[in-house]
Amino acid sequence: MSVIEVNHLTKYYGKARGIIDVSFHVDEAEIFGFIGPNGAGKSTTIRLLLSLIYPTSGSGTIFGKDCIKYGPELRQEIGYLPSEVFYYERMKVIDLLKYSASFYDKDCTQRMHELAELMELELHRRIEDLSYGNRKKVGIVQGLLHQPKLLFLDEPTAGLDPLMQRKFFQLIREENQRGVTVFFSSHILGEVQRMCNRVGIIKEGRIIEIADIHTLQQNNYKKVRVEASDLDTAYFDLPGVINLEHHNGAVRFFYKGDINTVIRKIGEIAVSDVTIEEPTLEEIFMHYYE
Amino acid sequence: MRMNIFQHEFKMYLRSVITWSVAVAALILVFVSLFSSFAQDAALLNEAMAKFPEELRMAFGMNGVDLSTVLGFYSFVFLFTQICLAIQAANYGFSLVSIEEREWTADFLLAKPVGRTQILTSKLLAALSGLTITNIVVWTSSFGFINLFKGDRTYETNPLLLLLLSIVVFQLFFLAVGLVVSLLVKRIRSVTPYAMALGFGMYVLSVFGDMLGESALEKITPFKHFDPNYIIQHGAYDVPLVLISISVIVISLVGSYVLYTRRDIPAVV
Repeated sequence: MSVIEVNHLTKYYGKARGIIDVSFHVDEAEIFGFIGPNGAGKSTTIRLLLSLIYPTSGSGTIFGKDCIKYGPELRQEIGYLPSEVFYYERMKVIDLLKYSASFYDKDCTQRMHELAELMELELHRRIEDLSYGNRKKVGIVQGLLHQPKLLFLDEPTAGLDPLMQRKFFQLIREENQRGVTVFFSSHILGEVQRMCNRVGIIKEGRIIEIADIHTLQQNNYKKVRVEASDLDTAYFDLPGVINLEHHNGAVRFFYKGDINTVIRKIGEIAVSDVTIEEPTLEEIFMHYYE
Repeated sequence: MRMNIFQHEFKMYLRSVITWSVAVAALILVFVSLFSSFAQDAALLNEAMAKFPEELRMAFGMNGVDLSTVLGFYSFVFLFTQICLAIQAANYGFSLVSIEEREWTADFLLAKPVGRTQILTSKLLAALSGLTITNIVVWTSSFGFINLFKGDRTYETNPLLLLLLSIVVFQLFFLAVGLVVSLLVKRIRSVTPYAMALGFGMYVLSVFGDMLGESALEKITPFKHFDPNYIIQHGAYDVPLVLISISVIVISLVGSYVLYTRRDIPAVV
């Protein structure tokens, strides 16, 4: 079953472009990565699904129900971590979390304390005294305390130190193993690559690719690096080779096609080192970004 | 209405409500305490007042006011109370929804499982409760200080009751108009200038209306709809004008609900 279903969703802010004709679906219990540069429309998409803003045209459903008409009811099961976290400055962390918990039908006290302990959050500080990273932790606890079935994470790791990032990813994986569907928006490809099953790529408001991460990597270019003495760069100028360059005594390029062709070419010369590997998502998507 | 939102909002108002209430009570105390000395030299004072230019008397709402009577004097005090109440109510109206957008907390609240109509209703009731506390303080301090300082003079209770009863509509006017204006503009960076402009603006309109003899202006401003002089002198409201106030409130509230439920919540860019 699709947890999120988005159909031809379009949003203009006056004349300014938000997103144009965006369609995709997210299956139950998957981690769906939503990537694109800043201003591409990632937040707009999430805010439309939360009915913080209303679409110009198109629609979205969550758990099979229209996300505007059934918004309040649906949000019982949705957790949201915005990219920029802002809370009532004068409140104490614990009071904010209790206020947040008071909106949900279930008792969230235990989970709230578990999460606060895990994220090492000091509950009796005032929000106004917290650093950006600590506010982000408040956001994480606040977004998860009601054990939602669907999570919207909008660039969730900004401001967290590496140790906390790891804890956070671990937490999200555990939630996911319990069956929670995660919509993970980010412009950091590395973290999407580590976390997600499928990705959607958005650029200038339009979806340009939706694919399984492994398929994307496998059906694509191989990254080849050959180290040899007196190697002429032009030697590897074959059909299917791109980004050919000479760097620190080694030739590097991306290759798409029959890998045997390259292997034979390499076999004909005396090399000191060879690596052939999958390109990172970053490298795959660079041409989408540009 | 959602009780948790109401409680949260009400707590946010509490400090401001106490400040305003104490300020208004102090204002009433100071003015009313002057009454006995004014009243002793009433004849002299009324004579002196008559020498002031008419426009100046109008500006302070003192034209035709007999400062030697308890209610005549109080109607003058009440005008200043009204200005305070107007600014307070306008302040709450302008900030009711806009504060969440200015401080970016709207995302938090609206991502919760609650509809916007419920949010707005809870917020309105919380603001109204705050205003009602100030209202009660005006009632008690008016009755208390008048009886404390009136000496051996007497006054009719009914006109005073009418005057005090008008407060709730007067507050609602500024609350509702402030709210609808805040939803009509794209973003309010600071509430105070708006609240001062609406509160004082309406007062100034009423004064200009008097000075220029322009009766069209009095149709707009609640300072005219609930003119203390008129209420004290006639022992009744100017009903058609009061109805204008009520219509403006109803239209503003309906408009606010329509605008708020359709509003795109701005995001941090």
